[in-house]
Amino acid sequence: MNGKYRILLPVLSLTVLLAAVFYLQPRAMSYFGLNLLFNLAVPIALATIAQMMIIMVNDIDLSVGTFVSFVACVTATFLNDAPLIGVAILLASILAYAAIGALIHIRQLPAIVVTLGMSFVWGGLAVLLLPSPGGAAPAWIRTVMTVKPPLVPMAVVACILIAGLTHLLIMRSSTGTLLRAVGGNAQAVARSGWSVTKLKAGAYALAGVFGVLAGVCLVGLTTSADANIALRYTLLSIAGVILGGGEFTGGRVSPVGAVLGALTLALAGSFLSFMRLSPDWQIGAQGAILILVLAVRLIFSRRGRKWKGAENG
Amino acid sequence: MEVATGAGRSIPDVPLVALSGACVHFGAVRALDGVSLSVSAGECVGLMGHNGAGKSTAVNVINGGLTPTDGEVRYGHEDGKNGTGVARARACGIRSVFQELSLCPNLSVLENLRVPHRDLTGFGWRRTAAGRIAGALDEIFPGHRIQPGMIVGDLTLAERQMVEIAAGFAGGPTPPRLVILDEPTSSLDASIARQLLDHVRRFCTNGGAVIFISHMLGEVFEVASRIDVMKDGKIIASRPASEFTQQGLIDAMGHVAAEKTAARATVESSQRIGEEVLKTPEGLNARKGEVVGLAGLAGHGQAEALARYFMSRSGKPGRVKDPEVAFVAGDRGRDGVMPLWSILQNLTLTHLPSLTRRGLVDAVAEQALGADWKKRIGIRTDNLDNLILSLSGGNQQKVLFARALASTAPIVVMDDPMRGVDVGTKQEAYDMIRTEAANGRTFLWYSTETEEVRQCDRVFVFRNGQISAELTGDGITEENILAASFQMQGAGA
Repeated sequence: MNGKYRILLPVLSLTVLLAAVFYLQPRAMSYFGLNLLFNLAVPIALATIAQMMIIMVNDIDLSVGTFVSFVACVTATFLNDAPLIGVAILLASILAYAAIGALIHIRQLPAIVVTLGMSFVWGGLAVLLLPSPGGAAPAWIRTVMTVKPPLVPMAVVACILIAGLTHLLIMRSSTGTLLRAVGGNAQAVARSGWSVTKLKAGAYALAGVFGVLAGVCLVGLTTSADANIALRYTLLSIAGVILGGGEFTGGRVSPVGAVLGALTLALAGSFLSFMRLSPDWQIGAQGAILILVLAVRLIFSRRGRKWKGAENG
Repeated sequence: MEVATGAGRSIPDVPLVALSGACVHFGAVRALDGVSLSVSAGECVGLMGHNGAGKSTAVNVINGGLTPTDGEVRYGHEDGKNGTGVARARACGIRSVFQELSLCPNLSVLENLRVPHRDLTGFGWRRTAAGRIAGALDEIFPGHRIQPGMIVGDLTLAERQMVEIAAGFAGGPTPPRLVILDEPTSSLDASIARQLLDHVRRFCTNGGAVIFISHMLGEVFEVASRIDVMKDGKIIASRPASEFTQQGLIDAMGHVAAEKTAARATVESSQRIGEEVLKTPEGLNARKGEVVGLAGLAGHGQAEALARYFMSRSGKPGRVKDPEVAFVAGDRGRDGVMPLWSILQNLTLTHLPSLTRRGLVDAVAEQALGADWKKRIGIRTDNLDNLILSLSGGNQQKVLFARALASTAPIVVMDDPMRGVDVGTKQEAYDMIRTEAANGRTFLWYSTETEEVRQCDRVFVFRNGQISAELTGDGITEENILAASFQMQGAGA
């Protein structure tokens, strides 16, 4: 699948879902309505970008959810009470991410196992920080997250900004190209004299940065934190990357698609509420939407690939 | 002419690279055993030797990928602050184009240049990269249709190889002074290979140097000014190309000369070939016991014809135990080997259904089958449980042959199976195919090399996705094949 067509499906699925929501609930078609619909999508979009950084280098991160929860707990406690220590903890956690990336590459460990282990570490730290829900969001984050830009609501502006900036960083910049090259053919990168360990550590560090941003944004929206606040982000972020046209291997990712994928998933929840579906069924129905979209994508890519292999003779 | 800049200004008599007594040991294996070799500006060195002779190791020592355990490497353009390993070699103008494709399929052509060219950073790097790669492509392969923005994964194998070669010659802050080409023409058709050979000669005339590794002797004789022959990790002969003959070179490499088998084949073929066993809509047909070749320029529909036929005859329910067709892949990495599996597992893959007892694989029978085929086709390993990737390319290919031949399928489809395989292995494979054909098997064999096509009883030449000629017996000659491949295009141009 060519990069240009890759983005079509996420755009299409988001449009269809948005049209369905507007049809069921015309009042959502307003400044306030849109903000409400997409508010909680902002941290999901950031977590999806974090996941994308890892998938870009052919790994997978099962600790995104607990990491974002941990960051949320730090934000609601240390970052509020003692900002300097809070910032130091967050920086250290980004470094920890980079170190995990380096470790995974140097020891050739399966990322899925290491990050699963790390998810318990982050989860444990989060519980230590906030054994019961509580804490308070620093005032400046609150201000940022509730800002009301003219014409377009904050959530939409934020998503466009995230998509645009990460597109520049990953798809256009020379450093981003090198990171994608690691996913495409790490051996070729190493043969050209680059340190794949450093590049992987870099990709993991970027994931850490976006994970931190996701946690901080989340607290800005919810005003308090809880050790389990973002557990579902792990699977949402993986689904978002794939929904957005990314692939698990080969460094084929799309930041714009990932943001669109995250929005689609967030919207799927609202759509099901508008359909008055019982919450018991919602998770299953969300999964069904995901399978549907991915099935459509599979059909498209199959058609394109069927005889492509043979052409290469 | 950006490509050759700077290369002409090298100081005479200082070699671009000099190995003295270089040794590389992997455990007990002596991959390189005291090699001394120097390349000066203006030289084109043909590096010859069968698979496993140490060519790749020598190349990796020159380009900084391996540090010799003993001996030393000196570069001619060193300024003392060039770092180590690959980065040092690159700073001295050493570039390598590898046999197995080393591009990133998820990136575009120009983005791939970013990986070797470290200076491509900052604002506007894309334009610079596009200029460099397009310049090199235009110079080496005039008339190519590759845009710098194309995604490499969407290109054909030949186009990818062209991009890789162009990236090796592309100019930058450190111009290429010595370009190492490892099997550069294995996926290119004759006319594009010609463009490359012309460029290599031009590059050397302008003061560059090339190390040329190829199994196609004709090409080596055409471009090389000197030929170094390697065997068992040593250089056993190093003489100007004019002092070698093709026969002498093959003898030096330690393989029995490739004799013409065509005459023998035609004699026996009349008794061997039986009734027609396959016929495809585009007009391809084959009889029992016949070796049918698909020839023509690369990428003119031969591989697609094979794939279409194979797909239409395989994968039907109930025929798993008793397949109609077996497939030998040419692009080993893509549709051949299972890289994480052992040699044995790779070999018995298609044969598993008949090795199954009560739903489990019969390990004893599997071992026996593996040992049998190891002996029959001479896979060079001491243990079939080693990983498949521990074998050289030629031996991996033998395993793929064994995988297809071990099945009971009466028809074997081969998609350019000798790509990058050394002369000796080829001879063994030809004999194997002859023997199997004598036992009543039918072969469909796509090849880009005339020598292989001449092994066939009957040849279909493809042009623009259609069969343009059918040649038999003595009619199978290079001239006839070329005439059938070019006819229309020649008139059109």
